[in-house]
Amino acid sequence: MGERDPLTTERGPGGPTGAPGPAAGAAPYGSSGREPSGFGSRGLASPGQGSSGYYGLAGSGDSANLADILERVLDKGVVIAGDIRINLLDIELLTIKLRLVVASVDKAKEMGIDWWERDPALSSRARGRELDGGDGGNTGGEDRP
Amino acid sequence: MTRELEYAYGVVRDTGAPDPLPPGVLGVAGGPVRAVRHRGLAVLASPVPAEEFEEGPLRARLEDLAWLEEVARAHQRVVNAAGAVGCVVPVGMATVCRGEEGLRRMLEEGHPRFTGALDRLEGRVEWGVKVYAGPVGAEAAAGGPAPAPAGAPSPPPAKASSRGLSGRDYLRRRTAQRRAQEQRWQRAEDGARLVHETLAGLAERARLHPPQDGRLSGVTDRNVLNAAYLVPHEHSEGFAARVRELADRLAGLRVELTGPWAPYSFVAPDPADRARAAS
Repeated sequence: MGERDPLTTERGPGGPTGAPGPAAGAAPYGSSGREPSGFGSRGLASPGQGSSGYYGLAGSGDSANLADILERVLDKGVVIAGDIRINLLDIELLTIKLRLVVASVDKAKEMGIDWWERDPALSSRARGRELDGGDGGNTGGEDRP
Repeated sequence: MTRELEYAYGVVRDTGAPDPLPPGVLGVAGGPVRAVRHRGLAVLASPVPAEEFEEGPLRARLEDLAWLEEVARAHQRVVNAAGAVGCVVPVGMATVCRGEEGLRRMLEEGHPRFTGALDRLEGRVEWGVKVYAGPVGAEAAAGGPAPAPAGAPSPPPAKASSRGLSGRDYLRRRTAQRRAQEQRWQRAEDGARLVHETLAGLAERARLHPPQDGRLSGVTDRNVLNAAYLVPHEHSEGFAARVRELADRLAGLRVELTGPWAPYSFVAPDPADRARAAS
């Protein structure tokens, strides 16, 4: 199936900021010890996570928004088959995925965000669903006497 | 067959260090997290009980939002802890293997993807930025043209006596309301676009997530932009400052910054890079 990352917005190569800084080998996330989030300026909501300690990574506090966590943990990250065959293609997760977005699809569409149409996991499942929804389509109609 | 089930959180480089995690990190179901190594990589994993994580029960549990939340938070906690020490490539939630052997098999199969992602993401963090259209009241206070709410004190064409409106007045009012609403959305949309374009220009990569549903996020304002940006760690402060500036500029919109996160949204290679490499 489509190998491309459906949600990536592409920028031109290079880009105005120029070359990314060198990784410098060490520098783990947030080791600066500063907390860039949580400034109280007008209109800018602080993420509401607990103090993220010296890590500086969000979400370590249990107060991080569940939606923020789920949308990353559930279907971002490397999707790789474990021995227990359950992954994002499973309908249960799809349900959740839909639950995440269902109220906002129209708005997203207006904005030109159409990730779900190019999301192989979602669209293939959605297609599957439609077929299932046909209830007795091709294979059904087994009339038991 | 009945080897213990192991829940995988993410993959780091095996630097030969004794442990890639701070001590005492507990995973899903309270299991102790450790590293299982293979070919220069190490997967962080902890044992989980079969009665929850075998295929059948796992499917059922995934429908349970409370259970899901607990597992998701534990997953995130472990990834965070690993990210504090170095670069970590998270795997999707509920990646479960049979025994250490299964974990090594996973590392073997995913070796090129994991090493590729580690190379690309070293020294980068992910920032989440969301824009919300605020409630009508807030907008009016921010100086936007306020849609006249029913019963507003000074309706200019108000012959609206205490009894009902005439049909024409009613229509006029409805039109005005609709127009105000459209303007509100237009402004929200323009604001969201400005935020995204500005920040995408600062970031190495950007990704749009679907807007969040208030039923899950608990936020009543409408989410009009939900994006993730990949930023070199040392540019984080500048990035956050820019977000703050934008937030100050956008009356009537609320801008929320979360992070830094481990680079969850960027584990797949940038299609643009791939296209370049192919040509």
